[in-house]
Amino acid sequence: MFKIVHAQFLAPGIKRFIIDAPRIARKQRPGQFVILRIYEQGERIPLTIENSDPQRGTINIVVQSAGKTTHLLNSLNTGDTILDVVGPLGKPSHIEKFGTVVVMGGGVGTAMAYPTAAALKRAGNRVLSIVGARTKELVILEREMREISDALMVTTDDGSYSEKGFVTDKLRQLIEKGTRIDLVIAVGPIPMMRAVANVTREHNIRTVVSLNPIMIDGTGMCGGCRVLINGKSKFACVDGPEFEAHEVDFDVLVQRNAMYREAEKKSMDDFRHEGEVLAEALCEHQEMACAGGRR
Amino acid sequence: MSAPAKPSPNPLKNRDRMKIPRQHMPEQPAQQRAHRFTEVNLGYSAELARQEALRCLECAKPTCMDHCPVGVKVREFVQLLVAGDYLAAAAKIREDNVLPAITGRVCPQEDHCEGSCLLCKKGESLGIGYLERFVADYEQQHMDKSAIVKAPPTGKKVAIVGSGPSGLTAAGDLVQKGHQVHVFEALHEVGGVLVYGIPEFRLPKQIIREQVDYMRAMGVEFETNVVVGRTVTINELMEEEGYDAVFIGTGAGLPQFMNIPGEHLNGVYSANEFLTRINLMHAYKFPRYDEPMVDFRGKNVAVIGGGNTALDAIRSALRLGAGKAYVIYRRSDAEMPARAEEVKHAKEEGIDFQMLTAPIEFLSDGNGWLNAARCVRMELGEPDASGRRRPVPITGSEFDLPLSVAVMAIGTSANPIIQSTTPGLNTDKRGYIQASETTQRTSRKGVFAGGDIVTGSATVILAMGAGRRAAKSIHEYLTTGEW
Repeated sequence: MFKIVHAQFLAPGIKRFIIDAPRIARKQRPGQFVILRIYEQGERIPLTIENSDPQRGTINIVVQSAGKTTHLLNSLNTGDTILDVVGPLGKPSHIEKFGTVVVMGGGVGTAMAYPTAAALKRAGNRVLSIVGARTKELVILEREMREISDALMVTTDDGSYSEKGFVTDKLRQLIEKGTRIDLVIAVGPIPMMRAVANVTREHNIRTVVSLNPIMIDGTGMCGGCRVLINGKSKFACVDGPEFEAHEVDFDVLVQRNAMYREAEKKSMDDFRHEGEVLAEALCEHQEMACAGGRR
Repeated sequence: MSAPAKPSPNPLKNRDRMKIPRQHMPEQPAQQRAHRFTEVNLGYSAELARQEALRCLECAKPTCMDHCPVGVKVREFVQLLVAGDYLAAAAKIREDNVLPAITGRVCPQEDHCEGSCLLCKKGESLGIGYLERFVADYEQQHMDKSAIVKAPPTGKKVAIVGSGPSGLTAAGDLVQKGHQVHVFEALHEVGGVLVYGIPEFRLPKQIIREQVDYMRAMGVEFETNVVVGRTVTINELMEEEGYDAVFIGTGAGLPQFMNIPGEHLNGVYSANEFLTRINLMHAYKFPRYDEPMVDFRGKNVAVIGGGNTALDAIRSALRLGAGKAYVIYRRSDAEMPARAEEVKHAKEEGIDFQMLTAPIEFLSDGNGWLNAARCVRMELGEPDASGRRRPVPITGSEFDLPLSVAVMAIGTSANPIIQSTTPGLNTDKRGYIQASETTQRTSRKGVFAGGDIVTGSATVILAMGAGRRAAKSIHEYLTTGEW
C-alpha cells in the first residue's frame, strides 16, 4: 500500500500526487517512471516521476485523465492509498553539459520534461524551455519551468494565453534566428514529438524523445512495450524510455498504442455508466487500506 | 540410503504389485475443459492414491530419488502414504521440497523420478507426481500452519531476489536453518513464473497462495514491488540493509522474437505478455478486471514454438474462445520439448499441430493488425549443435495461414538489470550470470545465483534444484564465513 500524502489539481483533469514511496524516492533520477496499480482489479500503467524528495521519502506524479484508470486515479485524494507502485523504472535521462538544450513539454508532458530540464540546468547547460498546451488553463508548471530555464516560451493552440501556435513554431523561430542548439528534448503527445523530430531532422539537430508505449511489468519480461528504433526492436522499459527521435518509428508506436482502443473505450463507458459500482469497489479498497480508520 | 527400519506397510508381493496398472489421473472431459480455466487434472482420491502407491517396488537403491533435482525421498513418502499417514508423507517430501503441491502438478516427472522408475522396464512407471500432488493437497487442507515450529534464529540475514521456484525453494530451506529470509519480488504478486506464466488450468493460483502462506508461517518475509537493480541495488542490500548473503533467482529474461517482417503488427504477442495478461492481470475476466486483451473470439490464433510455454499460451487462447488454435513448430513431434502429458491434453482439446512449419512473415490487414502468417514447410536435415536434426525449409512450400493473433514462444534471453547494476558480477557471453554448478556461488563474495538467470530457460524443478543447492551453500558460507 502506498499512501497519497498530498493530491491537488494543477489544471482541469490534471492532478499532482505526492506519494509515500521511500525506496523509489531514494533512487529516482530524471527521466524514470513508475508503474502503478490502483486496486485489485486494476491494470498496471506507467507514469513518469515528476520529482522526488529522498528526505521525506516521497515521489510526485502528475496524471492527466484519459481512460478509466487515470480517471479513477484522479478521483483519489490526500490520505487515500494506491495498492502497488513500483520503480524507479527505465534508464535515467543522460545528463551532461551539452551546451544549449531546448526542452519542450507538450501538455502533461511538461511534468515529465521538468526534472530532466532541471538536471540539465544543474549540469551547466543553457536551458531554453518551450511549453505548450491546448488552452490557457491547461498550461502547467510554468513557474517551476521558468525557475530552472534561461528562457521560457509558452504557446497555446487557441491563443488564449501567451503566443498562439504550437511548440514547434517556437522551435522553428529559434532555429531561424540562428540560435545554436546542441540538443532538443521533447516530451508530450506522440504527434507533438513526431512534429519536433521532423523539424530538427531538417536541421540535423540531435533530439531525444520519451516514449510511452503500453507496458505491463516494466522490467523487460513481457515485451509488450517494444518500439521500432532504427528498424530494430527495443523494449522501452529497459532500453528506454528515452530514444533518439530521428530513429523512432512513430507510425508503429501510434499503431501499437491503439491496440486496445475498443477495450479502453468499453472500460471508460462502463466507468461512466457504472460510476457508483466502481466508486464502491474503490471505497472498499480504501476502507481495507485504512482498516476502519479515516472514512 | 539405509533400508527403512520399520517393515514395509505394503502387504503385496512384488509380482502382485506389478500386476496393478498405473492409475489414471481423473480429469475434466476435453470438451468441457477446453472452454474453462478450471484445473484439467482433478487429483487422485484416497483410494486411487493407495492403489497407485501399492505399485511401488520399494527398491533398495531407489533411482527415482537420485534422479530428482531436489532429492525427494520417494520410497519413504510412498510408504507413509500406503500406511495412511498422509501428513507424515507430506512432511517427508517437505524435507527436500518446500513446494510439493506445485511440483506435483508441473514437474516433468517423466524426465526425472518417473523416467528412472524400475516399473518402466515392464510397463508404466509409478505415478510419483500424482502421489506427490495427492499428499500435498491433503496437507494443504488439513495442516495446522500455526503448529509450524520455527528454527532458532542464527542472526544472519539473507535477501532472495525473485519469488519464483528457485527463490521460494532457497527461502524455504534457509528459513528452516534459522536465517532471517527476505524475498524481494518485482511484480505485485508473489510466485514469479508460477503466477504470471503457468495458467490456472494447470496450476491454480490458490495453490501457490497457500504454499506461499505456508512459507510466511515458516517465517519468510515477502516484499513485492521491488525491482532489485532499480529500486535497490545488490550493493545497497549488502552494505546498507545488512544482508549477509544474497541469492539471485530472477528467472527468465527478455522474450525473443524471430526478427521477421510484421512482428510489430497488433495481434503479435510474446508468450510472456500473452500469459501475463491472462494469468497475472486476469485479462480473461475483462471487463471485471481492467487489463484488456485483444478480442479473438471465433478467430484464428497460433503459437510459434513447441515448449510448455507454447502449449500454455495456445490452450489459454482456446479457453478465451479462439475459433481455431494452432501450434506452429519447425521440427517434428519427436523434437518437441513440451511434456507428453501437455501435448496429449492439447490434442484432446482440439489444438491443431502444424509440425515442420515456420512463419517467415506476418502479413497486415492494411490497418496495422495481423491478418495472416506466411509460413514455410520444413524437413529435417543433419543434426545441429543441439544434437537435434536441423529443420531446413522446403523450397516452394510457402502458404498463408489466416490469423488474428500470433504468440511467439521461442525462448528468452538474459535480463540485464541486475548484471548491469552489480559491479564485479561476472556473466557469460549471452549475458547470463555465471555461477558454480555445485555451490551456485557467483564471482561476488556473498552473492549466489540460480535458475533461469544462470542456465537460460529451463523447468520449475531444475530452478528448484538450484535454489536448494544455493541454500545449502549459503548456509555453509554463513556458518563458516569461508568463501
